[in-house]
Amino acid sequence: MTKREIGFRVNGETYTCAVEPRLTLADCLRHVVGLTGTHLGCESGVCGACTVLVDGVSVRSCLMLAVQADAAEIRTVEGLADESGALHPLQAAFRRNHALQCGYCTPGMLMTLLELLGENPAPTEADVREAISGNLCRCTGYQNIVAAALDAAAELRELRGARPWES
Amino acid sequence: MKPPPFDYHAPKSVEEACALLTTLEGAKVLAGGQSLVAMLNARFLYPDHLVDINRIPGLDGIAVGAGKLAIGATARQHRVEVDPLVARNVPILAQALPMVGHRQTRNRGTIGGSLCHLDPAAELPLVALASDAEVRTVGAGGATRVIAIERFIGGYMSPAIDAGELVVGIDFPLWPADHGYAFVERARRHGDFALAAAACLMTLGADGRVARVALAVNGLGPVPVRLAGAEADVLGSTADRATLERAAERCAALEAFGDVHASAAYRRSIAGALVRRALATAYGRARERGDRG
Repeated sequence: MTKREIGFRVNGETYTCAVEPRLTLADCLRHVVGLTGTHLGCESGVCGACTVLVDGVSVRSCLMLAVQADAAEIRTVEGLADESGALHPLQAAFRRNHALQCGYCTPGMLMTLLELLGENPAPTEADVREAISGNLCRCTGYQNIVAAALDAAAELRELRGARPWES
Repeated sequence: MKPPPFDYHAPKSVEEACALLTTLEGAKVLAGGQSLVAMLNARFLYPDHLVDINRIPGLDGIAVGAGKLAIGATARQHRVEVDPLVARNVPILAQALPMVGHRQTRNRGTIGGSLCHLDPAAELPLVALASDAEVRTVGAGGATRVIAIERFIGGYMSPAIDAGELVVGIDFPLWPADHGYAFVERARRHGDFALAAAACLMTLGADGRVARVALAVNGLGPVPVRLAGAEADVLGSTADRATLERAAERCAALEAFGDVHASAAYRRSIAGALVRRALATAYGRARERGDRG
């Protein structure tokens, strides 16, 4: 099958590549772009490990073809920490609250929660649980992930309150 | 696993898409891809060509006019879910959509894709059936067609459209502003395929009795079904306990399948409970909204 030229931005950097139409966005990010932070669990749209943001909204990158992401703006877990390497408040909250054990589901959890906190700065526990209902974690029992999300939401509210020009 | 090889086409117009679907052998339409790409990954399907309709401009509109809500085929489920026009005019749709998959799949999944995939437990075809919706298509040579939803639902995961025919949108006829509605389902976990679901629309007369009602259930058999018998039971009643009980008992006669998730008897039993709940909720809402208006 003939390859197609596509181009997109990932975490602010522009990439162009030639891909087979059957290549999923997840495999393109991992094998062509070389960003292996996005994980693949089930490749059937069930586990949520491969969640990334495409044009600002969360998608399962195993259920999208790379050719469909032509001209898109993509954000992956590698784009969360700032340039100095300082963790994003959501990542820091995950560390503080022991919200990961093996870490396999973490990139998908983070990207899903990033969307939630962007839309809802003060989520309830139920909001958080519903948001991550499409992300499976087999280690934590979710308790600490929920705690981390609520903790991060509180910290982000405080940061925005202190520096409203950055919100 | 990884998808099998195929050729990819991204037409820029409905005409171009229909021409591709008519001329190419072994072509499938790719909309949101939330079922199709999963099926490709699992190698349930080996299409020779995928015709991606996401780049066709103007196919994702949401508009109200001429007594109906018109939604374009590629409108994303999440966008429809939060659209104020939808919430105001077809509130049952806004209530049902959050139960479709998960946020990540609703961000990509489309209205047209869900209709055409026609999963027996899918929320959208059920709402469409209860609403007497109409599906708009364009076929070979640009021929347009409007298909009543009960005809569109051809069989198990089989929309009654021709090869080369493309679903371009769906129209929901509007019910009076004070109508009652309810969408209820039972799933093991949020976002799972429902074991059964019920959708109900209702209006009351000045005497507080049911003047018009539509009731449908899914998850039991191969396709969602309207419960004409139960509708007749409820019509003219005040949705009293005995009437709801009689309507719910109709579910005992429905065709149902059993699998690892639930036996046929359990599915029928759940459907009965959901029917009772849907009717009671729709009646309560119709009363409340009537009083307010």
